[in-house]
Amino acid sequence: MKEIFSQVLSVFSGLFIVVKHMFRRPITVQYPEKKRKLPPRSRGRHYLTKWADGKERCVGCELCAIVCPSQAIYVKPAENKPGEESHSHGERYASDFQINMLRCIFCGYCEEACPTGAIILGNDYELSGYNRESLIYTKEMLTEKTPGDSGRDPNRTI
Amino acid sequence: METLIKSLILILVLTGLGGYMTLLERVLMARMQMRYGPNRVGPFGLFQPIADGIKLLTKESFQPAGVEPLTYWLAPCISLFMALLAFVLIPFGETITIFGYTIRLYVADINAGFVFLLAFSSLAVYGVVLAGWSSNNRYALLGGLRGTAQMISYEIPMGLALLTIPLMTGTLSLPAIVDAQKDYWFVLTQPLAFIIYLITAFAETNRAPFDLPEAEQELTAGYHTEYGGMKFAMFFLAEYINILAVCSIAVTLFLGGWHGPGNIPILWFALKVAALVFLFMWVRATMPRFRYDQLMAFGWKILIPLALLNLILTAYFTLVLK
Repeated sequence: MKEIFSQVLSVFSGLFIVVKHMFRRPITVQYPEKKRKLPPRSRGRHYLTKWADGKERCVGCELCAIVCPSQAIYVKPAENKPGEESHSHGERYASDFQINMLRCIFCGYCEEACPTGAIILGNDYELSGYNRESLIYTKEMLTEKTPGDSGRDPNRTI
Repeated sequence: METLIKSLILILVLTGLGGYMTLLERVLMARMQMRYGPNRVGPFGLFQPIADGIKLLTKESFQPAGVEPLTYWLAPCISLFMALLAFVLIPFGETITIFGYTIRLYVADINAGFVFLLAFSSLAVYGVVLAGWSSNNRYALLGGLRGTAQMISYEIPMGLALLTIPLMTGTLSLPAIVDAQKDYWFVLTQPLAFIIYLITAFAETNRAPFDLPEAEQELTAGYHTEYGGMKFAMFFLAEYINILAVCSIAVTLFLGGWHGPGNIPILWFALKVAALVFLFMWVRATMPRFRYDQLMAFGWKILIPLALLNLILTAYFTLVLK
């Protein structure tokens, strides 16, 4: 009898808890107008970063393409010709670099594998597009326009 | 003529109210879950039901393969019709005078209105069971079967709980029952019957925690799995109008109908119904669904004996006190 009484009482206490929540502020935000600030290490779209002197960090080693579990990265390496102005600090650079954002699962393995810290994942998560082609990010779209655009310090060693 | 006009106004108001109850429920549930809810279409999202209505109206009228066409098309109509029919008997107020006409604020005063009400509230299950059976889908069939079993087992305690009211008043006419509550509401003398009626009302309208016929997690959508567009909207509307109907019945029989301080025609009735509708949504936001055997055990082993005991006690005391 006592047990039944406490069970019935718990029904009402549950109802009370729910109505108490009605007078709290919603914890969701009105998305397109208001945006939450993401933690700095959250993983969004990729950047190809540059050194402070404007040279590309990527040396075309293809480690990111190898480690990528969803095979979203395509790298076409080329050698810096002696005499001409070099693209990177190493012997090689990436003449083409594509990331298929439809395949990418934002695991961050490419960032971990990169020996020069060239590819990093930024905080931008609004990556919609109207067709599949627009979501294959080319080298121009991925590379920083000026060193430090991605938010990482261009003077860091890796 | 007067009856026709009143019915027309009633139907229009009820369908509108049914639409806006969906908005109310979405907003209330959202606030209880600390979300915003729909607030984009129009000021405070007030045009959301209209947008939903347009969307549902312009959808393709689809009929899956292997259905029983006549019953498939008839089932939503039965649901909506039965939901609306209960309102024929509900007295919203006493009389009002507009332009010299004296208008009674109920469509029909049947001298056996109470029996009529019980009969038609049980008929509402036909929409559910026919929809489940005719749409050639296992989930829908299971939903329809559950609906039937649930309605049959909760119809009995509902009838037993409501029977106490005619026992006390000695009349089956609803306006007369409301008149008898001028001094005190029957919820004060019959609290147990009121609680049993409320619980069974939740079951009758297939609302959480008794929403087994349309349990989303187990049966996709239960009896209306195969319905889309306006046919689905009719089921939806019927559900919400059913909620209004059972709330109106509760107000009429237990909460003193239109009586309240001041003699304002519909206001008190509407406020009481609104409070009960809020309770329905509140409970939906709180309670998890019953398991099927729990539902049956609760109906047959707890509610029916309680309602029976209550009825016998009421009969005894009415006999002694008279």
